[in-house]
Formats: sequence, C-alpha cells, structure tokens
Amino acid sequence: MSQLKAALTPARLLDESGRLVRGATAPDAETLLEGYRGLVFARRLNEQAGALVRQGRLAVYPSSRGQEACQVACASVLEEGDWLFPTYRDTAAIVARGVDPVEALTLLRGDWHCGYDPNEHKVAPQATPLATQLLHAVGVGHAARLKGENTVVMALCGDGATSEGDFHEACNFAAVFRVPVVFFVQNNKYAISVPLARQSVAPSLAAKAIGYGMPGIRVDGNDLPALEKVLGEAVARARAGEGPTLVEADTYRIDSHTNADDASRYRADDEVNDWLPRDPLLRVRTYLKAKGTLDDAREQEIADAAEEMAAAVRAGVGAETPVDPEEIFAHVYATPTPQLAEQRAVLRAELEEA
Amino acid sequence: MSTPKMTMAQAINAALRDAIAQDDSVVVFGEDVAQLGGVFRVTDGLHREFGESRVFDTPLAESGIVGMAVGMAMNGMRPVVEMQFDAFAYPAFEQIVSHVAKLGNRTRGKVRLPIVIRIPYAGGIGGVEHHCDSSEAYYAHTPGLTVVAPATNADAYGLLRAAIASPDPVVFLEPKKHYFAKEEVDVSVPVPPIGRAVVRRPGKDATLIAYGPSVPVALAAAAQAATEGRDLGVIDLRSIVPFDDETVCAEVRRTGRAVVVAEAPGFASVASEIAARVGERCFHHLEAPVRRVTGFDVPYPAPKLEHHFLPGVDRILDAVDTLQWEDAA
Ligand SMILES: Cc1ncc(C[n+]2csc(CCOP(=O)(O)OP(=O)(O)O)c2C)c(N)n1
Ligand SMILES: [Mg+2]
Repeated sequence: MSQLKAALTPARLLDESGRLVRGATAPDAETLLEGYRGLVFARRLNEQAGALVRQGRLAVYPSSRGQEACQVACASVLEEGDWLFPTYRDTAAIVARGVDPVEALTLLRGDWHCGYDPNEHKVAPQATPLATQLLHAVGVGHAARLKGENTVVMALCGDGATSEGDFHEACNFAAVFRVPVVFFVQNNKYAISVPLARQSVAPSLAAKAIGYGMPGIRVDGNDLPALEKVLGEAVARARAGEGPTLVEADTYRIDSHTNADDASRYRADDEVNDWLPRDPLLRVRTYLKAKGTLDDAREQEIADAAEEMAAAVRAGVGAETPVDPEEIFAHVYATPTPQLAEQRAVLRAELEEA
Repeated sequence: MSTPKMTMAQAINAALRDAIAQDDSVVVFGEDVAQLGGVFRVTDGLHREFGESRVFDTPLAESGIVGMAVGMAMNGMRPVVEMQFDAFAYPAFEQIVSHVAKLGNRTRGKVRLPIVIRIPYAGGIGGVEHHCDSSEAYYAHTPGLTVVAPATNADAYGLLRAAIASPDPVVFLEPKKHYFAKEEVDVSVPVPPIGRAVVRRPGKDATLIAYGPSVPVALAAAAQAATEGRDLGVIDLRSIVPFDDETVCAEVRRTGRAVVVAEAPGFASVASEIAARVGERCFHHLEAPVRRVTGFDVPYPAPKLEHHFLPGVDRILDAVDTLQWEDAA
C-alpha cells in the first residue's frame, strides 16, 4: 500500500511559497545554492534560445521553461561516469551536465544532428523518436553491469512517450535484468496538444512501475530539493545493484510545445497562469533568501554568470561557422563505401564548378 | 465563377471532410489530429464538425494506431490514420508489413483492410533530423500495399478520396513542402484513378519521370531545358504501386531517353525499380541508358546541408546531358 502511496502522492520538500513542508529535513544550504545557480542558468538558456529562434538563428527550440528543476536535478544527481539519455526537450539538462551550450544547440541550429561528443560527457544524442532512447539506456546500464562498472543511467522521457511500446519494453527489460537505470518521466501534462488524460488513465504514471516490479515514485517536479532527494535515492539504489526505479515528476510545460506550436488552440491561458506561481526557480530563491544563504551579492554574481553564459550562446550560435557539404558522406560508415566515395566526388565537382 | 485556390493541406482536409460526411464508416485518428487539427493543420476543424466518434486523438503510439486500425477495418470501418511525420511511422512498421499488407492474402481475400495511412513525407522544409525521410521504398517493397504520392493539390483531393474508397490498404504520402502552396482545385472534376500516371508536360527529346515532391522540380528542369533548346517531357506517376507501365513506357518509347527523379537515396530505391522496368520494356527504343537523379546514399542531412542532398534542376539537366545526344544525328 505504501508502494502505491509513493507512486501517487508527489514527494515535496519546499512548498509553493518557498517554505519547508512540515516534517521535512532541511536540504543542505550550499547544495541548494548550487541548485539555484543551475536553475538560473537553465531559465536563462531557455530564454536565450527562444530569442535566437525569433531572430532566425535557431530552426526550432522545444523549451523546458517551468521544468527547470527537473533539468537541473537529473544532471546533478549523477557522478562523472554515469550516463544521461535526454530528449529534444532536455537541452538545459545536457548543459547542466557540462556540455557546451553552443554544441548542444547544434541540432536546433541545423548544422548537424548531434553537436557534442556523447562519450565526452556521457550524454547520449538527444532523442526525437519518442521513447526509443529508453532501451538504449537500458543497454548501456546492462553492459556496465556485465563489465563490472558501477555506472548508473538516467533515462528521460515525457508523459506522452510513456504510451509508446518502447517505454514498456524498456521498463520491463530493466526490471527483469535489474539494470542500474532511473527512468525519469517529466509529466508536463501535454504531448504537443494531447493532454495527459488521453495518454493514460492509470492512477499515475509512476504507478505503472508496480506492474513491472520496480519502485515508482511521484515527486513535485517544480521542487528542486525534493527532486534531488528522490532521484538521488533512485541513483543510489541503482548503484547498489537494487535495479531500476521509475520517477514521475509532476510539472507543467509553460511554453508551447515548440515555437512552431500554437498552444492557444488546445489549452486555456488560465491553466498556464495557475502554474506560474508554482515556478521552480522562485521557490528556491524565496527559501534561500529567507535563510540568508542567498544574499544580494551572491544573487548578482549568479545573474552575471548566467548573463555571461547567454552572451557566449549568442556569440556562438550567431557566428557564421561554415558547414562542410562533403561531411554528409564522411560518417555514414566507418570507412565510406566505394559508392559513397563516388557520390562525394560528384558533389565536389558540382561545388567546384559553382 | 473562378475555381477556388487551395493549399494541399486544405485539399486533403476537404477530401477527409467529404469522405467522413458521405460514409459513416470513415474515421480519422492519430496524434494531435483532433483539437489541434494536426501539426500541419490537415485535419483542422474536422473534430469540431464531426465529433469525437469520427475524429479523435489516440495515445501516443504509432503501432497502436495502425494496429487498432486493422481491427476497426476488420469490423467494417474505414480508418484513415495519420502518422505525424515519415520517420515517426517506423514504430508502426511491424503492423504495416506483417498485418496491414498481408491480411487480405492470408485470408484468401476473406478479410480486406480498407485502411489509409497518411504520412507527411519527404524533405525540403529545413526540418531537423527524423522530419524529412523519404520512406516510399519500404512500403513499395511490401506486396499488398498501395502506395500513392500526389504532386498536385487536385490530385491530393482526388487520390485521397480514391484511397479511402479502395478495398486495399493505401500508404498515402503527402509531400510536406507542398502543404502550404496554393493551387486551383476544382473538387468536382474527377482525377484519374489510382494506378494511372499523367503526362504533366509533353516533350519529344527525353522523358523525366517523377512523383510527389520531385514533380515540380522536374517541371522546372524541363522549363529550363526548353530555354536551352531541349524539349523534355515530364511524367507524374501519382501512384508508385500500382505502377503505370503503360503510360511511362509509351512516353519513353517516343522520346528514347529517360531520367528518373526522386528525393530518396538511390540505392535499392523506387527510382531504381523504375529504371529497371523501363530498361527491360523499352530497350530497343532507348538511345541511352536510363539515368537516375536521386538523393545521395546518406541519412537525410541537417537543415543547412539538405540542399546539397536534394536533386535539383542542375543535377537533372546534367543527367540529361549525358544521354548520348552526340549519337542522335
Ligand atoms: C515516435 C514518435 N512519434 C511522434 C513524434 C512527434 N512528437 C514529437 S514530440 C511529441 C510529443 C511528446 O510528448 P511528451 O512525451 O509528453 O514530451 P514533451 O514534448 O511534452 O516533453 C510528438 C508527438 C515523435 N517525435 N516520435
Ligand atoms: Mg509532455
């Protein structure tokens, strides 16, 4: 019964007004301050990327505004050797993991499909085909176990993606093989226009875990310390050889699906407005201010650093970096086939003629 | 009265609306097709007009969508399902290949599946990865599937009506780059049936064979060639399966030269099949080998590189130049 309760009632540490909930152990102030910095960076990245789309510098941007606590927490609970499997919406998490934001935005800028080296930061390429990456995450985790490594894999997906067959297969494989993976579902209530009620009538998404034989935990997705606690415990379980966990974050997609989407066609402004006071950033700020951990000087220092990051993103994304047309042939196989070499020569001749 | 102008999205929308209105067994479902009206607005307004029982969103699962369509068709309905993008149809591949395509044959024709699988298709829209695949070869290679690719908005209307009426399952490939381009469409004028190609431009020197998004590119190449004194004809296949050997071969026998144009990578492609068929059937009429101008054999490139991949006017005219004109004295 307590299993079901954990899967239904979101775990919380900070309430919407930034106060510690009754009976909760206070989070470590310095850790939370670090988290606050992450939130400010993630928010600034979302805003900056949105602006770059409007200027035509990025083709498209799926924003994680409102979900920044999820983005920060899923990266902060990982060790250096762990892996992160993100989706198209998780650029801020990738950056929180240490990937250069300009490299992370290469996909959306339209230069190449994946702009960073997945091995360098142990971050898989952002997955667009929904839920497919969850099985890859299981594979990385299972290989780690077979090789005797103590790697943990953090696998991200959205509420909509939980309807795909691959989600089911990944959960089941992970549970059967006791794979050290954490499935982290950011339930932001929409899959483009389709509301959660059309994805599932299960008591919660976390409750699905029970059917697979793994723990399912629901957590307030706008509560950074609660997320870090729940995800941290799931990572610890995985590392200790106790198998996978399904964590569902109760959160909300504040922006449209992408800039190309018009959310007014399917949801009321009132609904969005109801979520604004639950902002993940404000909550931590209020708490840290009240505690005296975040004074004006520190706040300014963090804001300045975020501004510096945004300036670097503007400069990097805005720079006229040439793309090499011939690169389309370079990586298809480890060694290009004779046919590709021939086709490359055709393109080169065209380019030389032009 | 002048003929109304419609985009291809509107023409498809009109076909769906008319089919739903005229046949109680037609149902439309998929991802984001109801309230949103589809990410390309192809189903705009249909949910409002016909209600949830005729037009509805499903949970997010393509295998589920197509698999459920199989069962609904077994129970007398005519499902028209939408895959959101070409590359997002792949989770449904098992259902399409093992069931949609085969059930009629497995049951000696006792169970027919009048299903239409609509797929926004091909490139040229600057889409990030997985949004621009040309996947026709997978379907065309699967016996049991009818594969249709309209190139004009009038055909989009007429062919979709025919697809919905067909007793067989149809994969209906909608060139995305055409969705928002306006053309005159008179829905009261019938278009040729599925399986018939159309000569879009007669020509006496060589024949360009194209379908879907490559038809306007072939027409542009023919227009350019005309200014250089070469008279190229253009055939729009309209339907890949069934293939109209008759129309294609009649034209090629007349001109003696042919170039096939398609966006998909050329290796083991529909373009290859066309070149082989034309070679076999028209050998004694050909002045030169049939050429293919296709995408390169690489995954669809990122937006900034796609124009290097897509077959364009220059590449088509270069191919035409190689058709051994020096022998034709
Ligand atoms: C297999 C597949 N089908 C359809 C799509 C198109 N698509 C992209 S995002 C999306 C909605 C996903 O919703 P959710 O999983 O809740 O994630 P969110 O976008 O809300 O973060 C859809 C339908 C896709 N990318 N992959
Ligand atoms: Mg969602």
